[in-house]
Amino acid sequence: MTDPKTLTPLDLDTPDKTFLDANELVINMGPQHPATHGVLRVILRLDGEKVLGLECVIGYLHRGVEKIAENRTYTMFNPYVDRMDYVAAVSNGLGYCEAVEKLLSVEAPPRAQYIRVILTELNRIASHQLWLGTHALDIGAITPLFYTFRDREEILKIFEKYCGARLTTHAFRIGGLQYEAYEGFEQDVKNFVSFVKPKIDEYEELLTTNRIWLERTRGVGVISGKDCIALGVTGPVLRASGVKWDVRKALPYANYGNFDFEIPTGQNGDTYDRYLVRMVEMRQSLRIIEQAVAGIPEGPIMAKVPKVMKPPVGEVYHSIEAPKGELGYFIVSDGSTQPYRVRVRPPSFVNLQALDLMCRGQLVADVIAVIGTLDIVLGEVDR
Amino acid sequence: MHEFVQYILSYLDSNQTPGAAGNIFWAVVYVLLVFAGLSVAVICMNWLERKILAHMQVRLGPMRVGPHGLLQPIADALKLLLKEDIIPDGADKIVFWVAPFIVVLAAFTVFVVVPFGPTHAITDMNIGILFMLGVSSLAVLGIVTAGWASNSHYPLIGALRSSAQMVSYEVAMGLAVVSAVMMTSLSVDGGTLSMIGIVEAQKEQGVWFLFKFFPLGLIAFGIFAIAMVAETNRAPFDLPEAESELTAGFHTEYSGFRWSLFFLAEYSAMIAVSSIAVTLWVGGWMRPFPNLLNGPTCDLAFSLIPGLTFVFLAGMCFFNTVRMPKHPLFRIQTIGLAGFGVVLGLIGLVMFVPAVRIRIDDIFWFSAKVAGFMYLYIWYRGTFPRYRFDQLMKVGWKVLLPIGFALLIATAVVGMRTELWAQVQEVLHR
Repeated sequence: MTDPKTLTPLDLDTPDKTFLDANELVINMGPQHPATHGVLRVILRLDGEKVLGLECVIGYLHRGVEKIAENRTYTMFNPYVDRMDYVAAVSNGLGYCEAVEKLLSVEAPPRAQYIRVILTELNRIASHQLWLGTHALDIGAITPLFYTFRDREEILKIFEKYCGARLTTHAFRIGGLQYEAYEGFEQDVKNFVSFVKPKIDEYEELLTTNRIWLERTRGVGVISGKDCIALGVTGPVLRASGVKWDVRKALPYANYGNFDFEIPTGQNGDTYDRYLVRMVEMRQSLRIIEQAVAGIPEGPIMAKVPKVMKPPVGEVYHSIEAPKGELGYFIVSDGSTQPYRVRVRPPSFVNLQALDLMCRGQLVADVIAVIGTLDIVLGEVDR
Repeated sequence: MHEFVQYILSYLDSNQTPGAAGNIFWAVVYVLLVFAGLSVAVICMNWLERKILAHMQVRLGPMRVGPHGLLQPIADALKLLLKEDIIPDGADKIVFWVAPFIVVLAAFTVFVVVPFGPTHAITDMNIGILFMLGVSSLAVLGIVTAGWASNSHYPLIGALRSSAQMVSYEVAMGLAVVSAVMMTSLSVDGGTLSMIGIVEAQKEQGVWFLFKFFPLGLIAFGIFAIAMVAETNRAPFDLPEAESELTAGFHTEYSGFRWSLFFLAEYSAMIAVSSIAVTLWVGGWMRPFPNLLNGPTCDLAFSLIPGLTFVFLAGMCFFNTVRMPKHPLFRIQTIGLAGFGVVLGLIGLVMFVPAVRIRIDDIFWFSAKVAGFMYLYIWYRGTFPRYRFDQLMKVGWKVLLPIGFALLIATAVVGMRTELWAQVQEVLHR
């Protein structure tokens, strides 16, 4: 495995000698391409079908979310974070709310925390389902996409019933929740858990032992745990490389410490291991949801938070385990109603760095598989 | 005039194909019939693929244009015809223009020798199977020129993949075909390459070559069944047009009518290779168990099946007419579906007429067997992920080819076992 520090950047400026002499081919993949998951542009340098190197060009979806934060109050900025990783909007909201709560030194009441955990874990399953469907589609299996979307729909229905929105939910408020769980919420979640368990088996039946799937994913896009740490890669990608790091266990937040669950890890750090890790994660999320639903306490859902939020001067960094990896918020307060600076550490952006390292020496088809397995959302990469 | 009528009528007593009988008029009629039938088959296939795939994927598929989306293929065809005809600036215009025609030509020409029945073929060539393999492999030329003429990276890679793939799988395919051809040589009149002759040989030997020398025939058929999917660039071997990697592969730059020609060619190529498989291994136009379940009762029962099939389809239409929403907006659709059912029912009833029944029987069974293969194609597409290029090559050269060679030798040895044994005895006794 090459050391990521020694990777030389691609020479994309030297023109090919002549068209016929050229053994190397520079292909521009994206920003409009069916498999780059949004508007990622990848410049590939190929020798035949072999990848000599690649470079990512990002920024097509840049909306200046961090800058917007500086001109909004803490409360007003809350819905914006949903638009970063729109596939896992609930996790984004959780990270932001907890970061501001830390800054204000308040804590959400236990009932709010339990409901937060349930919604966040449901969102993790939804995010993983969307990843599985699109990843399988990239590798050529079209059917899992429809299966996962069918089941993801049930999660979105719960979100819709809870807060009226399906995708960009804005489910949490600083200090707790705005809405009490609707009547029958627990039953809906329980029903969903028993509904989705056999469905996950169904996905696995289609793919886990499928010969073509094994050949396409085993040994593809291998990255070692050491390289992951060097590049700052987190989430399922890191865990599949054998590093047992999950913010939920390592730095417990939102009373994750009270729940009993395991962190799945892989050994080889290849695409297949990342697939397996995410499949187990879905099951572990179900375990957390089951425990949380069983133990929802009664009580208030909102802590005492001032109407006009003026956090004391200072800064705070708070990170959570989003479905894609460690999602961090660094907020600097100057004592006014608006944050002085909000910096987001998005997992997709940092994980995307590993793409070059994972793809060198592989084939074009593997680049697609690796982009899929990194599970990036361009809204979060570009912000 | 009278002579011309005589010329036309003279063929009716012949028990040969029009091509073999040398009757130009009927040959032209057959060509037109095959062309029309093939176009209808491609349209049906378009609708069926979308519907079946949709139902495999827990969705409905086309539902808006016509009842149950029955008119969707026609709407699509119209849309494609009316689209702007784009030839990219950097493209090699003449080659770009010619490429789809090469592909279509190759795909349609093979049907000259496809035997829909003992007399229902345009012609019967003594090198039929060779002709089919040869002409169908010309399609690769069209694909390569299409990829090259587009003057763009994705089509170029798609075309290179495609040519490599088709050439490699043709080898394995050829070996499987040879083993079936060798089986024909066990017949009384000796071996033959004629498509009709191969089916006749199966009839004479009383077994589909699929089950001949069990499991040798089965293995040969398996090799062919894999190679034919690769040969037609369908899932899981659809690398040349791998949507997620190469956007659309060799036809990325094509649109409108030119694109639809590629589509037409792909589907008729699928039908063509399925016809080869049906002819070589599944008994061609013969109904199931022609030797085992013979006699007038069985003959009658089997000859009723074509009509019954259409009546059944009509019944399904009527059943769904009843299930249609009763809302006034669905009135036209309901009437349309009922009308479609009536048409199918009438076709079914016509098929019960003895004179028609006898003539249509072989075409029906052939088409039914080909349709089975078509279903397999759709099933594969709904099930498998896509192979990677190197893995595809590995399967072709390192798995199918050695098995094909071993199979060839095994078939030869088993086929010649009595003669070989006599030789061995002779040597031993000397």
